[in-house]
Amino acid sequence: MPDESLHLSVVNSLLERHKGSAGALLPILHDIQERIGYIPDTAVPEIAHALNQSQAEVRGVISFYHDFRTAPPARHILRLCRAESCKSRGAEELAAQLRERLQLDDHGSSADGSISLRPVYCLGACACSPALELDGQVHARLSAERLDALLDACREDA
Amino acid sequence: MPAFYVSGDSVARAVGAEEVVVALITHARGRVVPLEIKRTSSRGLYWLEPLLEVDTPQGRFGFGPLTDADVPSVLEALKGDPSSHPLALGLVEELPYLKTQQRLLFARAGITQPLHIDDYRDHGGFEGLKRAIAIGGEQTATEVFDSGLRGRGGAAFPAGIKWRTVRATEAAQKYIVCNADEGDSGTFADRMLMEGDPFLLIEGMAIAGITVGATYGYIYVRSEYPDAVAILRNALEIARSNGYLGANVGGSGLAFDMDVRVGAGAYICGEETALLDSLEGKRGVVRAKPPIPALKGLFGQPTLVHNVLTLASVPLILAKGAQFYRDYGMGRSLGTMPFQLAGNIRHGGLVERAFGLTLRELVEDYGGGTASGRPLKAAQVGGPLGAWVPPSQFDTPLDYEAFAGIGAMLGHGGVVVADDTLDMAQMARFALQFCAEESCGKCTPCRIGSTRGVEVIDRMLAAPDQGGRDEQAIILKDLCDTMQYGSLCALGGMAPFPVVSALKYFPADFGLQASEAEQ
Ligand SMILES: Cc1cc2nc3c(=O)[nH]c(=O)nc-3n(C[C@H](O)[C@H](O)[C@H](O)COP(=O)(O)O)c2cc1C
Ligand code: SF4
Ligand code: FES
Repeated sequence: MPDESLHLSVVNSLLERHKGSAGALLPILHDIQERIGYIPDTAVPEIAHALNQSQAEVRGVISFYHDFRTAPPARHILRLCRAESCKSRGAEELAAQLRERLQLDDHGSSADGSISLRPVYCLGACACSPALELDGQVHARLSAERLDALLDACREDA
Repeated sequence: MPAFYVSGDSVARAVGAEEVVVALITHARGRVVPLEIKRTSSRGLYWLEPLLEVDTPQGRFGFGPLTDADVPSVLEALKGDPSSHPLALGLVEELPYLKTQQRLLFARAGITQPLHIDDYRDHGGFEGLKRAIAIGGEQTATEVFDSGLRGRGGAAFPAGIKWRTVRATEAAQKYIVCNADEGDSGTFADRMLMEGDPFLLIEGMAIAGITVGATYGYIYVRSEYPDAVAILRNALEIARSNGYLGANVGGSGLAFDMDVRVGAGAYICGEETALLDSLEGKRGVVRAKPPIPALKGLFGQPTLVHNVLTLASVPLILAKGAQFYRDYGMGRSLGTMPFQLAGNIRHGGLVERAFGLTLRELVEDYGGGTASGRPLKAAQVGGPLGAWVPPSQFDTPLDYEAFAGIGAMLGHGGVVVADDTLDMAQMARFALQFCAEESCGKCTPCRIGSTRGVEVIDRMLAAPDQGGRDEQAIILKDLCDTMQYGSLCALGGMAPFPVVSALKYFPADFGLQASEAEQ
């Protein structure tokens, strides 16, 4: 685990930027996660203090939303869509392929730290199912071969 | 050289539109006249994406679906007879899929460039705002009321009633909130509209703001739509610098401004009161109603909450008048609805038509049947909480009341088609698992019932004999009843719909005989 206190200056400058904006907790958390990669525990007291809330309230919000991470992710984040439209076009077979190749559960990071896996429920690409999102980029009309090629590319840049 | 058009829509890019553009640029290198490539919104003819269109004297001529490897041969064909290319589509606006649509809301789809405000103005943009300013707030609210517009987010509540309520409520601060959480699987019309025609949504919100007396608004966009967020943020700045937002909206003397907020991966934040809590920086927990948001919404102030499509329908209603809009549709479902064809479908895409065509016309005539070519099994209409509709009911007209009549719903207009290989017991299990994962936790039938439901289905599927399965089927139906009638909001209240419909129409998938399942 890196020294999280190093992140404090980033956190404080982001808090400063949102000062005075109503109900800004989600934008603050998004900004912190975008800059640091996750929400470090050391950020919680700072956020709570800045927003005049309890730390429990802030932690409650972080844990409620699926998007917020409290530990650093792997180099790549892959989110396979598991909702109905993609299921009707073979998403479960792709999920099995991912589990097999990465030796992972649907939620988790591969041992070599290259890929974090997460399910997502709809990417709005349902007219071209099945779909996934890799590092913020959507890929649709997936096939087993294309999924393999995407995984190969993730592994190669180690 | 004529102009080329390729969509910049995120899903067009997800199937290779960017590669097509790169290939175009590469192959055009060294030409005397450089290529002009315009990045438009998507037509919504997704099965033809990446779609390349080229200006001709008769109109835009299309090729698709292309890969980068097809680009050289397309450029070659353009020197002679373009129709000779195997991927030639002819004039895009003559394609029956598009030609037979009634595109009111998506009139500019595939035609304009999303962030070009002049493009927007040249195609009717800001005419609604102009008229709203001219006729004033009272008359504007009346137009919305008279148009018969109903909320497109799912509940289909008459928009005009909400407008009048918020307008009539005195408060120092009121808000407009656009629900762009579009969590329903099988839907993408909000995404297309935000990415493709952002000024339309901004215009609709500005009209709403000056009409009901709200000076500030938020668009709450799900985090799965980063392109929509970026485009909206850009569009807001452009609209502001052109005087459509700010202290003097479109010269009206009235103030309205707004911001974009991003969700964080919680389906329940599409429910309007959970959304409001999320906007306030809290956990997205559903509020008990009353009070309704129109009286006490965001930060306790009167708030008009509408779906993207509802707000985006307003400029046209103002520009053309309520009667024009009412002339589309049937019964109490007036205007047009952008239906979204998804799942195992040959021609997936957006079909905007007046209410009243049948599900069969949509799935068979537009959709062309299943993509796999296998027999059609069912379609789930209206998102993850919608019922599975069997082909025997496909002649039901797409109308809110007709769908309610068969125990289904139109919701946000998404249609997910399944062929005979999809296991409905697994889909029923998924509906409950999804409910368990996304429950806000406020009420027991939803929070606990959904988890129990998954266990019951697992036990049913594992039961060694018919008797064991029947027993679990009875428990499951009881549980669904409890959820349906004992939940505070529609997540727990409607998650039973896909389960009960799957049981009723596809008992064999659960290892049940038809007669038991019918009980
Ligand atoms: C579980 C649940 C999820 C919902 N998700 C959405 C959504 O993603 N988008 C939306 O516009 N409405 C959604 N709604 C409906 C909203 O609560 C609300 O009715 C709507 O925003 C009102 O806008 P309208 O009048 O324009 O439809 C959802 C409702 C429930 C119960
Ligand atoms: S039904 Fe579910 S999501 Fe809705 S309020 Fe109850 S617990 Fe929350
Ligand atoms: S269901 Fe997978 S993209 Fe919509």
